[in-house]
This record gives sequence, C-alpha cells and structure tokens, in this order.
Amino acid sequence: MAVLEISAPITRPTRLPPIVVELWRDKSGLLGLTIIVLLLLMAIFAPLLAPYDPAVQAVTTRLKPPFWVEGGSMAHLLGTDQLGRDVLSRVIFGARASLLVGTSVVALAGTFGVLLGLFAGYKGGRTDAIIMRLVDIQVAFPGLLLILLIVSVVGPGTTTMIVVLACTNWMIYARLVRGIVLTIRQSAYVEAAEMTGCKPNRVIFKHVLPNLSSPLLTLGILEFTNVVLAEAAMSFLGLGIQPPATSWGLDVANGRDYIFVAWWLITFPGLSIAVTVLSINLFANWLRVTTDPQEREKRFARQKMAERRRSRSPLISKA
Amino acid sequence: MGLFILRRLLQGLLVVIGVTIVVFVATRLVGDPVRVMLPLSATAEERAEFQHQLGLDRPIPVQFVEFAQNLATLNFGDSLWQRRPAMGIVLAKLPNTLTLIACGLGVAILLALPLGAIAALKPGGLADRLTVFSGLFGLSVPQFWMGLLLIMVFAVIFRVLPTSGIGPPVHYILPAITLGLPSLARLMMLVRSTVIDELNQQYVRTARAKGLHFHQVLFGHALRNALPAFITLAGWEFISGLAGYTVVVETVFAWPGLGQAAMQAIQHNDLFLLQAIVFTVAILIVAVNIALDVAHKFIDPRVELG
Repeated sequence: MAVLEISAPITRPTRLPPIVVELWRDKSGLLGLTIIVLLLLMAIFAPLLAPYDPAVQAVTTRLKPPFWVEGGSMAHLLGTDQLGRDVLSRVIFGARASLLVGTSVVALAGTFGVLLGLFAGYKGGRTDAIIMRLVDIQVAFPGLLLILLIVSVVGPGTTTMIVVLACTNWMIYARLVRGIVLTIRQSAYVEAAEMTGCKPNRVIFKHVLPNLSSPLLTLGILEFTNVVLAEAAMSFLGLGIQPPATSWGLDVANGRDYIFVAWWLITFPGLSIAVTVLSINLFANWLRVTTDPQEREKRFARQKMAERRRSRSPLISKA
Repeated sequence: MGLFILRRLLQGLLVVIGVTIVVFVATRLVGDPVRVMLPLSATAEERAEFQHQLGLDRPIPVQFVEFAQNLATLNFGDSLWQRRPAMGIVLAKLPNTLTLIACGLGVAILLALPLGAIAALKPGGLADRLTVFSGLFGLSVPQFWMGLLLIMVFAVIFRVLPTSGIGPPVHYILPAITLGLPSLARLMMLVRSTVIDELNQQYVRTARAKGLHFHQVLFGHALRNALPAFITLAGWEFISGLAGYTVVVETVFAWPGLGQAAMQAIQHNDLFLLQAIVFTVAILIVAVNIALDVAHKFIDPRVELG
C-alpha cells in the first residue's frame, strides 16, 4: 500500500529536479527539513516574532501558566517564569544560541578536521602517522570532563564553548576524510592528474575533495545535532551560555527548582531542543540513504521485490 | 598477544601524557589557579603567599617536572574544599558512577538485541519503522530534560519513585533509564542494520536451503555476526559514560558519583580535586580500551592484533 501511494508523484510528468522529488516521497525527511527551515527563520527574525523582550522581568506576572491552563492568559501564550519573563519569547530567542553554536562549531571543527585528514591521507608516511596518532590520543581523552576542566579554568562563555567544542570535535572529520582519501588516491583519475603534472594542491582540491562532499555533508549534519545537545547540556550545567543571554539549556536549568509548581518552565525549552535535534536527525537519515550509492541499491532492490510480490498476489498485499 | 598489550599500554601512556600536558597548560598557563581558587577580596600579599604555597612562583619547566612527578605517584594533593586527599574522594565516589553506568548500559544491552532483531526481520514494516523512529527520538531528547520529565511524572505526579539521591534499588530506576536511553537507541539501530545486512547474505540462503530453521539462522548466524560490532559500540558507550557523560544525569538526580564531584569541584574552585578526577578517568579509559581490544580478539578470531 505504502509503495502504491508514494509512487504516484513520479508517474506525473514533473520538471522538479530528482532530488526534490525524492525528498517529497520521504515524508519524514521532508518534515525534518521543513522544521529546520522554520527554526532558521525563527532564529533570524526572533526580534520581530517574539512578543516580549526575553530578558525583561515583571514581578507582577510571575509564574503564569500557558494560556490553555486555568489562570493563564493570551498575553503570555506559554506562560512566564519565576522572574516574570515571557517563556515564548525566551524559546524563540533561545533558537539563536543553539544554531549559532552548532554552526560555528561544525564549521570550525569541520574545516580543521578536513584539512588535516586530506593532508594525512594524501601525504601518507610520517605525516599521516603523526596526525592519526594525534587523533587516536585525543579520541581516548576523557571528553566531557576535560571540557569541564578547561571551561572552569578559562571561564564559561559562548566563545569559550565554541572553541573548546571545536577542539574536541575535529577528529571525527579527519578520520572520515583520511579513510576516503586513501581509497581515492589509488584511482586512475588521480594518477592521471598527477602524471599530467598537477600540483598536490590542485589534485587535493579539484579531484579528491569533490568526492568527499556527500559523506561530509551527512557527517556535518549529524555532528551538528551532537553539538546542539552538547551546548544545551553545558548551558544546563551552568558552564555554557551565561545569563542574561538566553539558551534552551539554561532555561531548563532555571525551571528546575520550580518543577513542583510550574511544569511549563522546563517543558517548552526542552521540547524545543528535542524537536530541533529530531528534525535534523530525520533529514540526515533521509540524506544518508539518498546520497549513499550502496543504500540506494538496497532500496531499489527492496522496491523491485515488493513490486514483484504485489504482481504475483495482488489480493494479499492489499489486505 | 603480549607484544600487542605492551604496544597498547605504551599508546595509553601517550594518552595519559597528553592529558597531563593539556591539564597543565589549561590550569597553569591559560588560567590562573590563584585567581580561580581565592576569593575576589584577597589582598595582593595573600595572593603572593598562596602562589608561593602552591609553588606557582617558580619557573614553568620546574613546575611541570614536579607536576608530572606527583601524578606518577598518584599524589594529587589535598582537595581545597574538603581538606582531605583528593584521591580518597575520587575512590569513594567512583563505585557509585560505575554502578550507575552498569545499570543504564545493562538495560540498554538487554533491550537492544531483541528490539533491533525484531525490527530487522521485516525492513520497512511497522515494527521496523517504529524502531527507527523511536531510535531517532531517543538520540534527540536531551538527557537532562528526559531526567526532569521522568522525575516530574513518576516522582511528582504519581509519587511512585524517589526524586533523587542514592539508596535502595528503586533509586536506580530513573537514573538508569535516563542514562541508558541514548545508548539503547544507538545499540538498537546498530543491531537492526547489521542483522538486515546479514540476513541478505548468501550464506543465509544456503543455511535455509539445507534445512535450518529460520530461528537457528537468526540466532546462530545473523545475530552472532552482529556481536563484534555490538560489543565495540557497547564498550564505547561505557567509555563515554566514564568520560563524563554521567555528569548531567548525576546532576539531575543528585547522584553522589564522580560527575557530581566534578561539578562540586568546579563550584568550589577546587582544581586539585578536578585534576584527580580527570586523571583517574583517563587511566580507566585506557584500561577499558585495552580490555575491549582483547575481548574483541576472543570473539572474532579474524581480528589481528597489531
């Protein structure tokens, strides 16, 4: 049944690029991408969307529940916190912290990791051995504890967090890139490029790097979710984003002491983190299957099997 | 075998040296321990006195040699906050963290194998789609929020489980679930994808053709072949728990383990206690890594130790 439904759009003549059609057919991936786009818009236009200044306190309207609960009002749709700050506005502004930290860390760690991985894989020999030993050592580090130690010594803050998370996240990119480069190096076209006199830089960036785009894209997106969760956890522990700035993790920490009287304080910021990460995961899940030739082959085979089964016994499959 | 363990021990030594350097640079060069540990109101003389007491007024190389010597003898100095040897505090807290990880990971392992295998029986079926979605969900929910929600539901609304602290076995339920959930999601997805791949292999068809029952193939071949990867990932989950990922759960549930001790050390500006925790954990991680490699060799004879 499911296959019947989703095969409808392809039979229709369409001018959309194939990738869009495929995304349209995968509803969970599409949902993920839609929510990501909405979140991005929300973060960018936060000052226009938020009904209140997220930092403004109002003692007279403390701990108001959301509007659908008795005692709540339409003035504060998701209620207010212990200082009378509007929860909805804080949730809207909180998106900025998550997305800012996530993007910066992935960009920094990704660039560094990819460069080192390319270098190690292409040069080989001693360079490779040294870089990969460095990766091995750092992977075995007591990750979060070391981060906590460094942050507590340097002093918490957004910049500290971005730098520290980038320093502890680059290894995974280096490993992935090096592995792929080692196989691509053996290919005929790289050899041909080298024989025609291409300089190493040109070979690396013109011939090797394009092959890395799809696995790197998937890895970057998945790492983005890890960074968002790490930012939230560190802010929750008080070692990440510092007040008066807003962050979802920070808001959950603030609402923790009011868990007995005000459930909405931890619920909405936490839900925002979960929805953000879940939609990115849904999209990445689709992307991984779509951009991986092996996965595509498997999916194609499954589809063919299903078609054959259906044509042999149409009654059973419809039941 | 002996040579392999020796090599891994040397590699582990490198890790410990690396941690030493990072901690030294972070605490002595980037940060200023005197500023961190003394109150803001301290006078310049008090600061100088304290600096002298800790030996921080000497040249950096001298300091580093002494620092390394102290570590080699596991002498981490006294905790500034509790006024007793930092190592003693670490050893007192460590068992609580280890039992918490064991409970959480135990639940995850016990559930991941059957759930992943059931999902793999019919890829794309209802059970499979449910598994994939709940797996993605488990990976997406922040642990501190999950913990607080569980407290809110089971301790505040239904009042059936304790909110926090350590005690009789009921105290373990909520922290173990919170800690184990992401591990369960990852392990379950791994079992699912490996078993799907294995069931598509030619040998499965051969085994079925010669008359083996499907269950025999599933348990005797497909799941068995999924085991090495499963154990590697389970070990990795254990290590990441050790590496500080219990901090969040311990904070939420006021669990008296290493993670909570680390947070308290940070709040009390107790650098020596924090150092002791980081080093103990680094050494444990190295040991667990070596044990895992050896275990891998026993499960999968094809693995070459080198």
